Amino acid sequence: MLRDITLGQYYQTDSILHRLDARVKIIGTFWFIISIFLINRVSGYLVAAAFLALVIKLSHVPFRYMIKGLKSIMILLMITFAFNIFLTPGEILVQFGPLHVSREGLVLALKMAVRLILLIIGSSLMTLTTTPNNLTDGLEKIFNPLKVLHVPVHEVAMMMSIALRFIPILIDETDKIMKAQMARGADFESGSLMKRAVSLGALLEPLFISAFQRANDLAMAMEARCYRGGEGRTKMKPLIYQKKDYLAFLVIYGYLVVCVLIGRVLPLPF
Amino acid sequence: MTNAENIVKTENLVFEYIRRDEEGNPIGVKAAVDDVDLNVEQGQFIAILGHNGSGKSTLAKHLNAILLPTEGSVWIDGMDTTKGDHLWDIRQKIGMVFQNPDNQIIGQVVEEDVGFGPENMGVPTEEIWARVEESLKAVGMYEYRKHSPNKLSGGQKQRVSIAGVIAMHPKCIVLDEPTAMLDPNGRWEVVRAARALNDVEGVTVILITHYMEEIVHADHVIVMDQGKIAMQGTPREIFSRVEELKELRLDVPKVTELAYELQKRGIPMPDGILTKEEFVTEFLKLKH
Amino acid sequence: MSLILDHVTYEYGSDTELAVKALDNIELVIDDNEFLGLIGHTGSGKSTLVQHLNGLLKPTSGHIYFNGRDIHENDFDRRALRGEVGLVFQYPEHQLFELTVFKDVCFGPKNMGMKPEQCEVAAYEALEAVGLDEELYDQSPLDLSGGQKRRVAIAGVLAMHPKVLVLDEPTAGLDPKGRDEILDLVKELKKNLGMTIVLVSHSMDDVAEYADKIVVMDRGKIIYHDTPKNVFAHAKELEAMGLGVPQVTSVMKSLADAGIDVPQDITTVDEAADVLAALCK
Repeated sequence: MLRDITLGQYYQTDSILHRLDARVKIIGTFWFIISIFLINRVSGYLVAAAFLALVIKLSHVPFRYMIKGLKSIMILLMITFAFNIFLTPGEILVQFGPLHVSREGLVLALKMAVRLILLIIGSSLMTLTTTPNNLTDGLEKIFNPLKVLHVPVHEVAMMMSIALRFIPILIDETDKIMKAQMARGADFESGSLMKRAVSLGALLEPLFISAFQRANDLAMAMEARCYRGGEGRTKMKPLIYQKKDYLAFLVIYGYLVVCVLIGRVLPLPF
Repeated sequence: MTNAENIVKTENLVFEYIRRDEEGNPIGVKAAVDDVDLNVEQGQFIAILGHNGSGKSTLAKHLNAILLPTEGSVWIDGMDTTKGDHLWDIRQKIGMVFQNPDNQIIGQVVEEDVGFGPENMGVPTEEIWARVEESLKAVGMYEYRKHSPNKLSGGQKQRVSIAGVIAMHPKCIVLDEPTAMLDPNGRWEVVRAARALNDVEGVTVILITHYMEEIVHADHVIVMDQGKIAMQGTPREIFSRVEELKELRLDVPKVTELAYELQKRGIPMPDGILTKEEFVTEFLKLKH
Repeated sequence: MSLILDHVTYEYGSDTELAVKALDNIELVIDDNEFLGLIGHTGSGKSTLVQHLNGLLKPTSGHIYFNGRDIHENDFDRRALRGEVGLVFQYPEHQLFELTVFKDVCFGPKNMGMKPEQCEVAAYEALEAVGLDEELYDQSPLDLSGGQKRRVAIAGVLAMHPKVLVLDEPTAGLDPKGRDEILDLVKELKKNLGMTIVLVSHSMDDVAEYADKIVVMDRGKIIYHDTPKNVFAHAKELEAMGLGVPQVTSVMKSLADAGIDVPQDITTVDEAADVLAALCK
């Protein structure tokens, strides 16, 4: 089950999206998220969904693979949906005891769910098509001006990249330790709260110990390979904007203009 | 022999650490490495053997200044590791490959990981690409350059780690139990890659291991026990001392042991048989 | 008291087109008091197989019977099963978490519902059985050496009093000394406690001396299930699977190829030395 998390993972294939400059994808994702909150109409959502569908098509990442990533955050989605649908006051449609569903609540819940799904697919598309190293390089370059203010831009970027690299390893490890403790009779699914807390400790403590051990090993391996911070480092894949990147920016800003028009300016019927 | 010819030289190397009880109070000092003199010439293939806790890994960590000696000194290509001014030169000259394949790969794509070292050294972009290509080819992993390391087998991961080290153009690579966590196939992949580097590229190799089969082709073998050098010599010399090796609780290849057992039963087999082929040849000679 | 695997198939990612059969129609009977060696290279399915024995994984199709009962029946107590079929994972020292060795060993029996005094007795006996120094009982498991940690982890499973002990590559990453100690320990356990043992390994040399029967797995299938001597007769096929035979057996094969009449079912150095010495006299 834990293996199914595709959020934040890189999907290896070749596509125009994979070849784009990481900065384009980061800035593009940023504007896409903004656009989702700008629009407030069905027509707007249709445009956003169409745009996303186009980008997914271009990415060559199988749609099923992305959906698998969505599964893992289904609970979050359901909780937001429940909150919105039950707790929004307004014209009451159905009543279940103390809980009621209002027309406004239903609309809001649907809107939020659509927004969340668009947001998650949109941002996972960025990580799916960009290697963590590229992603951090992009972030580092975008935020480079902050170095003047003594923000440790390189260090933060490096930490992110390492975290992403180790997610699948730690997930595997969690799975393994969990099974090992279950083989000793631990129960993670049922039993009293107290018992489950003990079981959880039996999972988390070894996991922390191993994570620290790995961090230690990794730090040593990095030092042995002459890592000494961002100073004087060169890049294997330096970020230089190409023609296709400028073109992509054009598309993104074009999309943004359409969203603003639909969301705020044009008097559309829906 | 002068220092300049020796890529690695240690003199009376001692490394001590303080043992503590549960509350963290010091209860004693233990020497993990105890008075070790080591001389490695450029181009040699050296094997260091010993069971866990014999001090072999601690010794290895001195060779690229991850640890600094408590007493004595370590010179790498003529540079004293205790003098901090050459630290990065030393780390570039001596590449290190560690035991756990998962904990030393930084990149999420094979080629990016191999480029990590050269990037740190400030190598220009085009040259990084050239180095990555040549290093991956040297370990036979070029076709995997776009893969995620997570999908590789243990042996393949270790070969990527070796490539990551060669891309820094070291004079010597130290492999610290690179095969301990691998299955037999993976072990052979790694040992073959290390031997190819030594034979073809002339890189000095120091292989630390507890598997005897892996050291058969070494030029020189050092056996460590309790922080000291317990035995050293050519593999043949070492393997002819079966009883001593057994006392040190080290594994002797089964053919070596078989030849030794035959000797004990009065059959005049020669000393230090290392491979199956050798055994069969020698035995046939006896029979005819 | 037997474990029966009846047409067991296990697929990874069965909801996608990328389904991989980790186990393919496995049929296996593990008898009482048997010492079974399970051999295969990485990815052959051997680790997946052992996780079926105590119900950690559920087969995609097929059934597993313990003492005649299907372990995936709804009212079957799978937690109790985990006490009966003790599974020691690969690198089991990674699962140690309590503050002291002794407490950690108590974890399993406690989960099995034993009373505190019973847990302590069980833990004490288990630690004694694995031969750990008594002065280490109150130490943090993190302060022990690799071999000692592994003993503690094995004791943690033994303390549940399993009838079957399954060990997944218990010697991985240990030095020769540690490896011999663990293998000897397993042999002792079988002798003293009369347990059924399933030992997973990728080394023929590890199991040649100890196992009554050997199961060889490749790509999710059982290729051989026989006595060591009969299995090693398939030297060529085993080599094709990347497994090989014990080096001594291989030497005997080469001698036979060179026209010397030696038996082909020899696995240990002593046997071989006796045979060859006799030939020379």
